[in-house]
Amino acid sequence: MTAIKELELAYEQAKSDPEFQDEVNCYLREYVGRPTALYFAENITRMVGGAKIYLKREDLAHGGAHKINNTIGQGLLAKRMGKKRVIAETGAGQHGVAAAMACAALGLRAEVYMGTEDMARQRLNVFRMRLLDAEVHPVETGSKTLKDAINEAFRDWVTNLESTYYMIGSVVGPHPYPMMVRDFQSVIGKELKAEFIHREGRLPEALVACVGGGSNALGTFYPFEDDSTVKLYGVEAAGEGVDTGRHAASLGAGAEGIFHGMFTYILQDKNGQIQNTQSISAGLDYPGVGPEHSFLKARRRAEYVSATDKEAVKAFQTLSQEEGIIPALESSHAIAYAMKLAKKMKKEQAIVVTLSGRGDKDVETVANYLDARI
Amino acid sequence: MNAIRNVFANLKTLGNGALIGYITAGDPDPEFTPKIAEALVKGGVDILELGLPFSDPIADGPTIQEASLRALNARTTPQVVLELAKQVRQNHDVPVVIMTYFNPVFRMGLEKFFGAAKDCKVDGVIVPDLPFEEADQYRTSVAEFGLDTVFLAAPSTTDDRLHRIVVCSSGFLYLVSHFGVTGAKSTVESSTIQLVKRVRTFTQGRVSLAVGFGVSKPEHVKSILSAGADGVIVGSAFVNIISRNLLYRKKMLAGIESTARVLKQATLHYLSPS
Repeated sequence: MTAIKELELAYEQAKSDPEFQDEVNCYLREYVGRPTALYFAENITRMVGGAKIYLKREDLAHGGAHKINNTIGQGLLAKRMGKKRVIAETGAGQHGVAAAMACAALGLRAEVYMGTEDMARQRLNVFRMRLLDAEVHPVETGSKTLKDAINEAFRDWVTNLESTYYMIGSVVGPHPYPMMVRDFQSVIGKELKAEFIHREGRLPEALVACVGGGSNALGTFYPFEDDSTVKLYGVEAAGEGVDTGRHAASLGAGAEGIFHGMFTYILQDKNGQIQNTQSISAGLDYPGVGPEHSFLKARRRAEYVSATDKEAVKAFQTLSQEEGIIPALESSHAIAYAMKLAKKMKKEQAIVVTLSGRGDKDVETVANYLDARI
Repeated sequence: MNAIRNVFANLKTLGNGALIGYITAGDPDPEFTPKIAEALVKGGVDILELGLPFSDPIADGPTIQEASLRALNARTTPQVVLELAKQVRQNHDVPVVIMTYFNPVFRMGLEKFFGAAKDCKVDGVIVPDLPFEEADQYRTSVAEFGLDTVFLAAPSTTDDRLHRIVVCSSGFLYLVSHFGVTGAKSTVESSTIQLVKRVRTFTQGRVSLAVGFGVSKPEHVKSILSAGADGVIVGSAFVNIISRNLLYRKKMLAGIESTARVLKQATLHYLSPS
């Protein structure tokens, strides 16, 4: 508690310090390459034959995903707090890579916890982290995926509180993390809003983003929370199907509970034990979800839906073939749902999908899924 | 809810400290837990702490993580743990404290869980992932059923929070001896001794002070009690004996009993009887 109170205080001070904000913005512009583009996906729009589909191109951010928005912000905060050692957890490896990049750029030491199951399916990212001079700690406990990596990172943090900053990768964990990560990721929604208004002179009818922990979705939704005409859709991983029990749809099929320091929807059994999740995309493979998403669901401000592995892979192929953009498997879930949604909407309406990352890291997984040789 | 307090008070009049023994209920299987509890009591444990296994025990090191997994694989549900507590409480004259993470309690429902705990003669509860700041409803519910609420303090706990943790705690206050998770250690750090002395000034005359995390040897027990603690909590040292002797159950029980006896011996006469 003492450590998270210290963090909360440091963040509140940083947030109201124009110098800190300038520093963050400077890195976002010159290091991350923001603003990222808003792209009108004309070909899939024509193919679907409904609402216009726009893509917010977070895949074009440095490192190939939105994760860097958060790691730069938290990295600068860690520096401000005088911490030299940064620990992080990672599922797909995207947050680990982004943490390693930010730490390298800011002169911090990075150590990343990663489940051995995830290390096997994301070998490329493991090597990328090592290239970036981060140490990768394999996690052998539990399901050997993201939740276990978070457990291990927490255990490290309580052991090394004084020297260490825990750089969490999504809008999860104890306060102030969900709020802080949301703030750093809100640059997505803020840019998107300005860009869309500039092009269309109005707001879009719907926003669609994938939800694992939920950081790219919350960063997309948050600046639109009060714009009640804009519908918000979060897309969870339905794995082999929500009714098979082999999925990661915490909001869709979970129940309220307490996990990783938050009160939120959790996939758990009747005795309150956390369940293992299943998804083709390692980044969505988490049995909880950011508490603010649970709040948006409870208020009915956002709607949470899901896409299966099969639908995501299909969308992965479609976007590659039609638009020449290989999306991350996580983002492919959002694309899959957006295409369904667009079909039901009018041609003069528009959807913006947050393309949270690029799919180079997933090529091997998709090849295996399709039984293709590479 | 006076059983725990009475244990500490009686020990104090003799100049002795309390030995609190932890095991994960259901490890290696629920049928064997009463036997392990019996060995602990025979060895001299004053209070028994039964862990209700959770899938993601973030405050625990590898020893208790593995114990939790063994117990869950042996189908140890919250109901099973409460039944085991009842059995142990009936067989032996030692208070029983349940240690668990908050989600299994929340999932069953606070009223239902603590009601059942009371029916099973459980004396107190410890929930390491529930800070007192978030525990109003929990405290109300526990108090309703007359159980003790043991809260944890850590080396990083500020004086201000410590003061309030003392107010919230009944039975005893659980002081985490060092930065980190549970697990047997070879030495007690000098910072632990300083910590006990600091916390002691807050607990004295209000609530008993027990120190856990890393305590595994008689010399640890002596130095912690000499620094002013009223008791010690030993967990991983016992669980290690279980995990090393999974196929040798007789040896397991003998090891547990003799280890408890040696540790209990170390709690005797550390201060002059009052």
